[in-house]
Amino acid sequence: MKFSESWLRTLVDTKLSSEELSHLLTMAGLEVEGLEPVAPQFNDVVVAQVLEVVKHPDADRLNVCKVDTGRGEPTTIVCGAPNVAVGLRVPCALPGAKLPGDFTIKIAKVRGIESSGMLCSAKELGIAEEASGLLILPVDAPVGQSIRQYLDLDDNQFELKLTPNRADCLSLSGVAREVAAIAGAKAKLVDVPEVAASITDQRAVVLDAPEACPLYYGRVLKGVNAKAPTPEWMKRRLERSAIRSISALVDVTNYVMLELGQPLHAFDNTKLAGAVHARMAKSEEKLLLLNEQTINIDADILVIADDAKPLAMAGIMGGEESGITLETTELFLESAFFAPKAIAGRARRYGFGSDASHRFERGVDFGGTRRAIERATQLIIDICSGAAGPVTEAKAEMPARNPVRLRTARACAVIGMTFTPEQIAGLFSGLGLPFARQGDDFLVTPPTWRFDIEIEEDLIEEIARLHGYDNIPAPAPRGNLKMMVQPEAQRPAARVRQLLVDRGYQEVVNFAFVEEAWEVDFAAKTDEADLIRLANPIASQMAVMRSTLFGGLISNLVTNLKRKQNRVRLFETGRAFERNPAATPVPGFAQNWKLSGLAYGSALPEGWGSAARKLDFFDVKGDLEALLAPAQLCFEKLVHPALHPGRAARVLVDGREIGCLGELHPEWVQKYDLPLAPVVFELDFDAVKSVQVPVYAEVSKFPPVIRDLAIVVDQSVALQTLIDGLKGQVSDLIQDIQLFDVYVGKGVLENKKSLAFRIVMQDTQRTLQDSEVDAAMQQLVSCFEQAFGAQLRA
Amino acid sequence: MDNLDQIVSEAQSAFAAISDPDALEQVKARFLGKSGQITELLKGLGKLPPEEKKTAGAAINVAKTAVEAALNERREAIRKAALEARLAEEALDVTLPGRAETRGGLHPVTRTLERIEALFRSIGFDVADGPEIEEDFFNFTAMNTPEDHPARSMHDTFYLQNPDGTVADKVLLRTHTSPIQARYMKAHVERHGQLEKMPEIRIIAPGRVYRVDSDATHSPMFNQVEGLWVGEGVSFADLKGVIADFLKSFFETDDLVVRFRPSFFPFTEPSAEIDVAFMSGALKGRWLEIAGCGMVHPDVLRIAGIDPEKYTGFAFGFGQDRLTMLRYGVNDLRLFFEGDLRFLRQFA
Repeated sequence: MKFSESWLRTLVDTKLSSEELSHLLTMAGLEVEGLEPVAPQFNDVVVAQVLEVVKHPDADRLNVCKVDTGRGEPTTIVCGAPNVAVGLRVPCALPGAKLPGDFTIKIAKVRGIESSGMLCSAKELGIAEEASGLLILPVDAPVGQSIRQYLDLDDNQFELKLTPNRADCLSLSGVAREVAAIAGAKAKLVDVPEVAASITDQRAVVLDAPEACPLYYGRVLKGVNAKAPTPEWMKRRLERSAIRSISALVDVTNYVMLELGQPLHAFDNTKLAGAVHARMAKSEEKLLLLNEQTINIDADILVIADDAKPLAMAGIMGGEESGITLETTELFLESAFFAPKAIAGRARRYGFGSDASHRFERGVDFGGTRRAIERATQLIIDICSGAAGPVTEAKAEMPARNPVRLRTARACAVIGMTFTPEQIAGLFSGLGLPFARQGDDFLVTPPTWRFDIEIEEDLIEEIARLHGYDNIPAPAPRGNLKMMVQPEAQRPAARVRQLLVDRGYQEVVNFAFVEEAWEVDFAAKTDEADLIRLANPIASQMAVMRSTLFGGLISNLVTNLKRKQNRVRLFETGRAFERNPAATPVPGFAQNWKLSGLAYGSALPEGWGSAARKLDFFDVKGDLEALLAPAQLCFEKLVHPALHPGRAARVLVDGREIGCLGELHPEWVQKYDLPLAPVVFELDFDAVKSVQVPVYAEVSKFPPVIRDLAIVVDQSVALQTLIDGLKGQVSDLIQDIQLFDVYVGKGVLENKKSLAFRIVMQDTQRTLQDSEVDAAMQQLVSCFEQAFGAQLRA
Repeated sequence: MDNLDQIVSEAQSAFAAISDPDALEQVKARFLGKSGQITELLKGLGKLPPEEKKTAGAAINVAKTAVEAALNERREAIRKAALEARLAEEALDVTLPGRAETRGGLHPVTRTLERIEALFRSIGFDVADGPEIEEDFFNFTAMNTPEDHPARSMHDTFYLQNPDGTVADKVLLRTHTSPIQARYMKAHVERHGQLEKMPEIRIIAPGRVYRVDSDATHSPMFNQVEGLWVGEGVSFADLKGVIADFLKSFFETDDLVVRFRPSFFPFTEPSAEIDVAFMSGALKGRWLEIAGCGMVHPDVLRIAGIDPEKYTGFAFGFGQDRLTMLRYGVNDLRLFFEGDLRFLRQFA
């Protein structure tokens, strides 16, 4: 909320400076977001009257004016403004004046004629962005008075960022009351006498929905001049509250809302038929609103209606048809209390908001409803003349104001410091909270303007706030010491990330919502039912939740290639999202943590010391093996939408699939304009974190026997298949089989490959005999031969 | 015996003339070999009369020792020369760059996260996690923000679409990490609720959160870290103590001022915004908003099954990205999510 400081100061007596006031408000929970002077600094500008205007003899566009500045003899001023005219009152900068932009006015000759000052536009005074000529002042502006004083320019605009619980401060009176409480000052709220009826016209009011609208005051005014100008002081206060002046009647209702916090509505009384009703909308009712929007009114919306039709969305916005215009002479003025629950969320549902709904949904002081209608009546009569009828009151059961109990000991315990009941009583009194004492307990009755005092904590907060958060101690943390279990079978995420970092990967963080195309390309989500689409995405390229982290990584690669980074290794940890009816903890959506990576470019950083080599599948496979060591990984051929079908593998640990690895599919390499194919992987992060707690096994004291063996098999036989085929088929003496060479080419038939193994044999209890070793080797060879048609390499 | 001196000096000069180890051994044979001069002289001793034998033998032995010494000296000299030559030959340009692999680096926000986790672990806070597609109930209702509560307008929430195009009404992208509080408390009560005295809850919960907002200082996805301490006698003063300790430890300075400013959140009361101001550096003297916090609202405890009369607690939520920006002087939030290696490598 924005408002003028000088207006506030008319309502509360305080000697605090603007900055002190600002700090105090902020520290009381009414955050001051802005504190700006309404006009820049300047001096020696006064109200002047133009007495004579004569064309400059030597300049077409200049006039020579005689001006009364209230300082004796008229002054001669050369003026270039197109709107200068005899009789006008305008601001005049006297010689010696300093205007905004460090512009000093001197007595000087303008085309040969001495000019002793300058007549000013609003722009030149820094109080408007644009101006088309001199700032014309009202005819009653006192000649000679300082313009700063006359226009109240030594004022500041405050901007408060109010939290939704403090609706009581959505008015100048509310802020004044708060300042009085926190500064120990005195509030001087406006005195509002009742306006006696001078006509008898009246309109009946019926409360058909007394819970939603338990209080309604209405009043007829006749003979009103809607075209009367709004007084300058009112315009100024409205403008400094960021409300545009529209017409006197509208301005008055806005002014009273700002002053007292009560939104008002004025109907054109001649458009109303019969009684005024506050009722819930009936089915299929429509209303054209003042914002030119026609709405179908939902059944849970409170409307103000006459006997025939809905007139307004109560507490939200009036209807166009029953609204006032400049031609209006007869008003029906409304000041009512609408329950927050009946207003909350309704305007938002239709995609708009209003100053009225903002206040009603948070709570409006129902002790001031009558005051507001009296205040508005008086202002209308003062400004637009006219006569008022008697006030019609319709009243049902008002919101309960149940006393709230505060226990002194509880307040001390929650805040963490000692308060005496006397201190608390002082704080409550300052805030105007009526209370009764029961020993050390307080029974506080919330005032009609407070909607945020329902439970004990609400009062504890008031105590803490008024005492000042700054004055609450901040002792060092204390608590019960209890060791925290860090399961050994689970590596911390930080450790896993560090392993990848050590192997050259840079961590990135990408958005979880991605382009739909990425989901189609990298996860084959072509069926609408598989996509998780946002209902309100911020942009089309952030429209669906990712089921794989590949898209982000590939996009990062593209970004970095553009920036001439030609060797790129990236990883990300984050959730991937899939529709899954059986998922927990949120039914319907699996959202598991993934660890994904991408490697691109040369295997090693370019340098003098190693031969340049492009990175391939096996470089990244090596990274994964190191990442998961000592777990033994298995890799199986895999078909995956993102990956090259011949260069992709499923990654398994202990027979359980934990992710995939592969070269990006050539189709995507081309589509995403990549000079080379990156190798990517995506693993289940939880699986990567889990490790075996070591179990001791006896170390053999006897020397191992090592034999080498080379076999020739079909090229299509996967190594893993060979190794798996040996399970349970070969001697227990064989402890390890390491592949140390793969050869294709001269000496080996086409479609065949030679594989060379190092076989390690050992027994923990004895030294092996040659005959045993030979037998084990023979068994191994025959196993290879029988299962895979392998031949010993000559 | 002039002859002996001559042999010795002959050997010395012969050895000195040689720099090849094999040649040296051949020359050695001329003097000390089977038919070398010294050996021949020793053989000749037998022919001498016994009275001369002793003196002649001693003289020959002196000469032999001298030849051997000359030989060994030369051998050592040659070995050293060879070593010198090899060392010279093997010398490297040690200023050439190393052949090591490059190292990657952590994302700056992760770096911050790891420091935050370590600081809070050091005073007994565990780390909790929760879903990002969250149920409306945990994100709002359990956080004391029922439907139509004005506080809901403070969040611009991302909602999901059903496959038929309608808006899914029970799920959303979490707008804060607070729902993790609700889930954690519920699970804690299920585990320990039957005990006379429930163990304290001390957790932090970092994570990605989502709001419909995008400009230089707002990202539609950003990182928060939530904290929660619930137990007997936990107070607002304790909250202030923990936060002050954390901020001074995180920024590794006492040169900052922390301010708690009254605010409003539906799930805490009393509530506060936390501002810090540094006493030096580029941001000197400016109040910077970095967190929201407060005493856990009794309704939030009650919804989780915790008796607010017996237990109290506090909660806080820091902007992790904001802390990272302040720590490293990053001035544009968007840099965190662009994946630009030139930016990211600075935090390796």
